[in-house]
Formats: sequence, structure tokens, C-alpha cells
Amino acid sequence: MRVSLFITCYNDLLFPETGVAVVKVLERLGHTVLFRSAQTCCGQMHYNTGYQRETVALVRKFVEIFSDDEIIVSPSSSCVAMIRDHFEKVAVLAEEPALLAKVKEIIPRVYEFTELLVNKFGVENVGGYYPHRVTYHPSCHGLRMLRLGDTPVRLLRKVSGIDLVDLSNATECCGFGGTFAIKNAETSAAMLEDKVRCVLDTGAQVCTAGDNSCLMHIYGALHRQKLPVKTLHIAQILASTGEEPAK
Amino acid sequence: MSIHVGNAETARPFPDAARAALDDAQLRTNVRNATNIIQAKRNNMTAELADWEALRNAAHAIKTHTLRYLDVYLEQFEANVTREGGKVHWAADADEANQIIARIIADRGGKEVIKVKTMTSNEVRLNECLEAQGITPIETDLADLIVQLGNQDPSHIVVPALHINRTQIRDIFRSKLPLHELGIEDLTDDPSQLAEAARLYLRHKFLTVDIGISGANFAVADTGAIVLVESEGNGRMCLTLPDVLITLVGIEKIVPTFRDLEVFLQALPRSATGERMNPYNSIWTGIAPGDGPTEFHVVLLDNGRTDVLANGEGREALNCIRCGACLNVCPVYHQTGGHAYGSVYQGPIGAIITPQLQSLEHSRTLPFASSLCGACYDVCPVKINIPEILIYLRGQIIRENQRTVAGKFDLENMAMQAMALVFASSGVMTTAEAIAKLAQNSFVHDGVIDSLPAILSGWTNSRDLMPIPEQSFRQWWSQRRKEQ
Amino acid sequence: MISDSRSAILSRIRAANKLAATAEREREYGAVARDYRIQGSLNDADRLHLFDERIRHYNGTPFYSTGDIKSDIAAILARRSKHTLVIPAEFPSDWLPEECHFIRDENLTKQQLDGVDGVLTTCTLAIALTGTIVVESSSAQGRRAATLIPDYHLCVVRQSDIVELVPEAIRRLERIKHRPLTFISGPSATVDIEMTRVRGVHGPRTLDILLI
Repeated sequence: MRVSLFITCYNDLLFPETGVAVVKVLERLGHTVLFRSAQTCCGQMHYNTGYQRETVALVRKFVEIFSDDEIIVSPSSSCVAMIRDHFEKVAVLAEEPALLAKVKEIIPRVYEFTELLVNKFGVENVGGYYPHRVTYHPSCHGLRMLRLGDTPVRLLRKVSGIDLVDLSNATECCGFGGTFAIKNAETSAAMLEDKVRCVLDTGAQVCTAGDNSCLMHIYGALHRQKLPVKTLHIAQILASTGEEPAK
Repeated sequence: MSIHVGNAETARPFPDAARAALDDAQLRTNVRNATNIIQAKRNNMTAELADWEALRNAAHAIKTHTLRYLDVYLEQFEANVTREGGKVHWAADADEANQIIARIIADRGGKEVIKVKTMTSNEVRLNECLEAQGITPIETDLADLIVQLGNQDPSHIVVPALHINRTQIRDIFRSKLPLHELGIEDLTDDPSQLAEAARLYLRHKFLTVDIGISGANFAVADTGAIVLVESEGNGRMCLTLPDVLITLVGIEKIVPTFRDLEVFLQALPRSATGERMNPYNSIWTGIAPGDGPTEFHVVLLDNGRTDVLANGEGREALNCIRCGACLNVCPVYHQTGGHAYGSVYQGPIGAIITPQLQSLEHSRTLPFASSLCGACYDVCPVKINIPEILIYLRGQIIRENQRTVAGKFDLENMAMQAMALVFASSGVMTTAEAIAKLAQNSFVHDGVIDSLPAILSGWTNSRDLMPIPEQSFRQWWSQRRKEQ
Repeated sequence: MISDSRSAILSRIRAANKLAATAEREREYGAVARDYRIQGSLNDADRLHLFDERIRHYNGTPFYSTGDIKSDIAAILARRSKHTLVIPAEFPSDWLPEECHFIRDENLTKQQLDGVDGVLTTCTLAIALTGTIVVESSSAQGRRAATLIPDYHLCVVRQSDIVELVPEAIRRLERIKHRPLTFISGPSATVDIEMTRVRGVHGPRTLDILLI
């Protein structure tokens, strides 16, 4: 099938490898990936920080760019949550009924990456090989807004060679929260400290998640404290093979 | 109008107060231990009910309905209380509530009053007002007694002394209670002993003081009843033994019918203390001849609640039944404890109700004191969508800021406007990405960004940031296309 | 002054709600979905067993009648070494053992209530799921102060008065919803000291239930 990729602004700039991995996995499964280069951002950072008027143009843009696509996928549950939970509110705020109609129509076509694989395509084994000890952190947006449940874990379990270990207090927020990490930096860092401690307790070599925002945050402390644990987006683990292992 | 929420109008901004709290390792440990325990109990008690979600839905629906017809239900409540021999007073704000209560006490010539825990009285600063008029309020809830004797502020809406451990409590009792007169020597920090000390001290007060003040967990419109949910029995003492009882209740505590209690008396104990039922619930209507007070007053309090009601989706905050479950699960509260919120209402609910009661004039940093993780919404028995309301309030505050000159030119607004321009077109965004890649060079050391300027330094104080990769995704994609 | 605040508050509420004249309060209230359990599913034996378990969980003690209520009460009180008890004005006399001294509560003072060993009452109903007894203020069950001040409470509960669920209890209580009601779930306790449930702050520190 044709799948249109919404890479998200921060993945585009900071985590292009995640996008590359998504493309790899989808092509491996026989799908065609489309990338509409006019895309920019879903507006979540602005919306959540209180700059809601500023997201109207972004919503309009998204709807226009992706209007022809049957399936739109994003490797970021927070961005998908923004689209699902807030795009309608933005259209209402803008008092544009036509935009609201288009938003309602496009929302069911947007999928988070692991949702797409398991719920839409019905696949759990995507041919990944990653012989390392890995622990999975469920990001808050994926867990509570998208209600992904164990979808990501089901995919991870089918990765060849993987040693998946449970994270304790897994459902507790890593402390990123977008601009919260800057505006309430010390509290955010304290929350991160607890998350990192749980990650270290698993003995895992790699911490994975469906959101690079969380991983960027967790990496921030792991690297500063010179700890040997790496962070890697779930798409990159799923894409990893013997010939082309994830870096 | 003199609306206030405790001392919130002079509280420090949350980031500053949080910083101080984070340095207190004992506080963080106490808070973490206590909230872990309650959370576990709450989770067990709600998981065992197959109809827990149905109860939450009903509770939410009843509250939403009640707020829609709040005027009718308040009038109905008033008529019923009056018919049953009670007197209803209406207080537009904190000062008026205090005046009404002080006058009732003065009319009796009362010098001491025994009080059951009620956050509402902390909200209006009742104790301060009474003390200024020569009336001594005696807190009778163990935690409120501890907090009062220890000269502190409550840090949690259900267990206000949660931030104080047993050894600290022992020390407070040793220095403030007349232990020797009570026949207690060598008080240890064993919880049973501490409770016994409080019991003996307060028993004398219960049997002799003539005037009691309580709050209410629920006020029932169709009967005029007040419902008090408690554990220790001090509530029962205060509402049945004195001659005069004054009950202060926020107008949002109304429920339409007695039958509605079948929902709330399940939702509240399981959410608040993780019990199937708390030890004592008292339901009374007006005066019961021959049993209890001969004079009963209800003071209905607005103090900003009608402003919250008028504040669009923010009104859902008035569903709150003060269970504290949101505090117990909040990852921010776990780190900072309650005092950082600078309000009698703390944690997630505090962050949405405190600023709204004050028409967003104060406590403007509270809506930002959240990572929007959503854990609070999951546990709220009346399904208040706290994350959505936090975002809504942020929007109101930012828009207000943007209308001022200072606000328009503050760093954050300018950065956000700049980012909005960047996202407006992929062409601009690509250029911005290129600029960022160049600009980062002065911040990259040994392959990582370890210091950032100005407000961004908050990140790099304790965290690294990976540098921007050589090639963005879109660059990779267009290169791949060329190669194909 | 007061009536000014009253009308100010009410009019602010109305302005905040802006309801259409056609708004139908009663219909909307009736439309609230109540999909929670309102009917128990346990048989008598299981319900009794559940009640027993839940009473014990919160440190109450159940006893089962031999059929001779008077001697049951005598035995329990002897076990607890309680000799002088307060009883409601209309507590059944033929249940009172001679060995003990019972004082009918006809407006006893607080100090008098403080001076007895305990209180003996019946109750209106009990809730199995939560281990709760519900006492109404009446001449048969006593004034509220009477089940509060003494340190010991022995409550006689009819097995036929035990319901399984809270909604079942509330709906049965609707016929007396204007009376003062007290829900008692175990002896007095607090969790204010490091979340440890500690017994015996105020109110009876020992609660015994005689099931008949």
C-alpha cells in the first residue's frame, strides 16, 4: 500500500535515522513510501505551551498537504496525539467549518508507526534482528492518549535475538513534557533522574521508545553521566538486520 | 470582592518554589514513600471493582449536570435545610464567609471552636480571621493538628502532613503538647503512640467546647443533608457534641439527590485513601431534636467558583471531590511535594483550580507546572480532563500576555513567533535547519552539546543534547530519489 | 447584605450557564447513565461470609448468635470485661443479660457517656462489600453521641439486614433519608502518620458485631 510519511519537525532535524528506519521497514513489508516535502510541523509545541492561535496555519497546511493520502504514518505518538486530540479544537478556534470538516475526515487516516504495523497491517514480525538487551519506555502520549497498550512490545518481542527486559515504574513520565523541560528544568531533571535509575536497574544496553522526544531526554542524562546505555527509537530496532544493524 | 485562595496571591512562582523543594531530600523521600503506598492501595481498590469505569462515568455525568443547574439545586438545598431547622448563609467571597462565621461565634460569646478538617477554611483563611478576633480555633484532625502545632502549611489535600515523617511528628508533639499532664512520658515515634497522644489531648476539647466548625464532602439538594467523610471520628465529635455547628461548603459540593451518594461514597474512599469504605460517614439534615446541635448554620461559599463556572472548559475543575488521587499519581508532585504550588490546593487539581478561582490574576505559573503526562486524568474519579484544562489555561494566560507590550516582546513569545514562521513553509524550515547546524558549532564539545545559552541553559545544566546530524531526513530522501 | 450575595451568586451562575428556556432539568438528570452495579449477586451464605471477612479486615469482630441473644450478649461482654453500657431508649429489654448494668440513654450528658464502658445498639442495615454498619438516629438505635463517646460498641445486626452493595444500601435508606445516619466501617482509624492505618483515635476503639 501507499503510505505517506509525516516525519515531524524534530525527527527531520535531529533524528533522521528514525525516518530512514520507518521507510526501510515499510518497504521491507512491500509498501510504497511517499514523502511530501512541503510538510513541516503539527504544531504541538505551540499548542501545548499556550500558543494555540499560532497553530491554525499549521493545521491548515497539514490538512492540505496530506489530503490525498489514504494512510499517513508518523513515528511520534505525541504528534499523532496532537492531530487526534487537538486538530479539531484548532479548527473550532479558527471558526472555520470547512477546515473542521477536512480535519475530521483526515484524522482516521493518521497512524502512529507501531499502530500502523500491528492494527492496520496485522503484522508483528517485521523481520528485525537486534541481539541486545533492550528495555522499553512507554511514552505518555502513546500510553494514555493513543492507548497503544502492548502494541510496541508485541513488535519488539518478535525481533530476533532481542533480550527484552521490563522497566520498573514504566508508566511514570520521563519529565520531558515539551517546553516543560525548559520552563521547569530542575523538576524535569529530577523526574528524569528517577527514570534513568529505573533504566539502569534493568541492566539493558539500550532504552527504546516510540518517541524521540522522550529518548532525547533520557539520552541527555545518560550521556551527561557517561553511562554506557544507548537510546534508540523502536523503528530503528525493527529495521535492524544482520547486514544492516541499527547504529 | 475579596477572593483569595489561602496565600496564593503572594506565593513564589512554581519554578522557584520547586527548586527549593527539590533540594530537600527528606521531603522528597517522605512524599515518595507516602504516595507510593496510597497509589498502590488505590489501584487495588479500583481494580477490584468491575464497574469502576461505570462509576466514574456516572460521577462525571452527575457533576456536569449539577453544574449546569447549580442555581436550582442550591435553592432546593437551601429550602430543605431551612425546613429542617438549619440556617443558610451565602458568602460571595472569603472575607464575607469569615465575617459570617465570626459573627455567629461572637453572638454565642464563644472563645474556642473545635474544627473538623476542611480545606475550604484554609482557602478563606478562617483561622487567621478568628484568631484576630480573639477566638481560638482548635484543629482536631490528626494531620491538621500536627500541621497547626508544627506551624506549617498543609502539603496535600487529603493527608496534609504527608511531608512530615513519624520522627518529626514526635518532635512536634514533644514540644507542643502538654504530654506530662496527659500522663505520657517518653513519647516515641511509633504511630500508635502518637495517635494516642493526640486522642487524649483532643478528647477533653470534644467534651467541653460548645461550637464546632466543619466542611462538607457533599451537600444533598433533595434533602438538605450534609455528608462528612472521615476516618478518625473527630468529625463525628465536632458535629454531634457541640450546641452550635457551622458548616462551610463550596457551592460546587452540591449533588442533586440522596441516591447520588451511592456513586460518590464508592468513588471517594477508594480514590482518596484506597479503602473500600472509610471508617465514618455522617449524614445529617438541619437539626435533629434531642440529638446533636440545637443550632445549625450552613455557609455557602462562592469565592471565585462562579468565575470558574463561567470559564469555558475550565469549569470541569468544579467536578472535584477532593480525593487527592491526582496528587498521588503526579510525577511532578512526587518530586516537589505540595508546598511548591503555593496554594491550599496542590498537585494537578491545584494547578487548575487555584489560578481560576483568582480569575488568572495570580498563580499563573501553576498551569505550566506539568509535563502533561495525563496520569491524573486516568485516576480522577469524576473524569476531570486536567491536561486539557491545563492547556486551555496556558492559552488564556499566553493570549493575555501577548496583549501587553512586555508580553509581546518577551523572549518566549518572540521565540515562539519565530518558530511559527519557520514552520510556515518547508522552504523556511529547511533554511532554518541549515542555520541551526551552523549555529550549533559553538556549543558542540566532544561530539555533544553540553551548554546552551539563556533560557535553554535549563536543559544543559543537567543534560546533554546530541548535535544536529549532518543530513536531515528530507535531505536524505531527496538524495535517495536522485540516486534512484 | 446576605441576600445581596445570594442573588449575586445565583445570577452569576445563571449567566455562566445561559440555559435555554426549554432546558429540561429532570429529564436530563434522568438521562444520567448508571451502568454501575445496583444489584448484588451473592446468595445469603456468601453475602454473610463476605460481610464477616470485610468486618474483620477493618478490625471489627463478628460473633454469631446461638439463638439466645441475651446469653450471646452476656458472653461477649464478659469476654471484653465490659460491665456498664449505654443502650438506646427503646432497645429490646429481653435481650439484656442481668449480669451487666445497662443505662437507657435518656439525655445523658457527654460526661456521663464518657464514664461508661461501652454502648450496645442495633442498626438499620449493613453492607457486606465494605464491612459497613449503618446506624440511624432513632429511639431504637440511639443518639449519635452514644455510639461515639464510649470506647466500645457492640452492635446487633440481623443477617436479613445485610445487603451486598453500597447502592443497595442507599436505596434502602431512601425511606429514612432525612434522619441523621452514620456509616461505621470498623473502629476509628487514621492514616495520617506515614500512611500507616493506626487504630483508635476518636470514637470506639473496639467494634463487635453480633449477627442474629
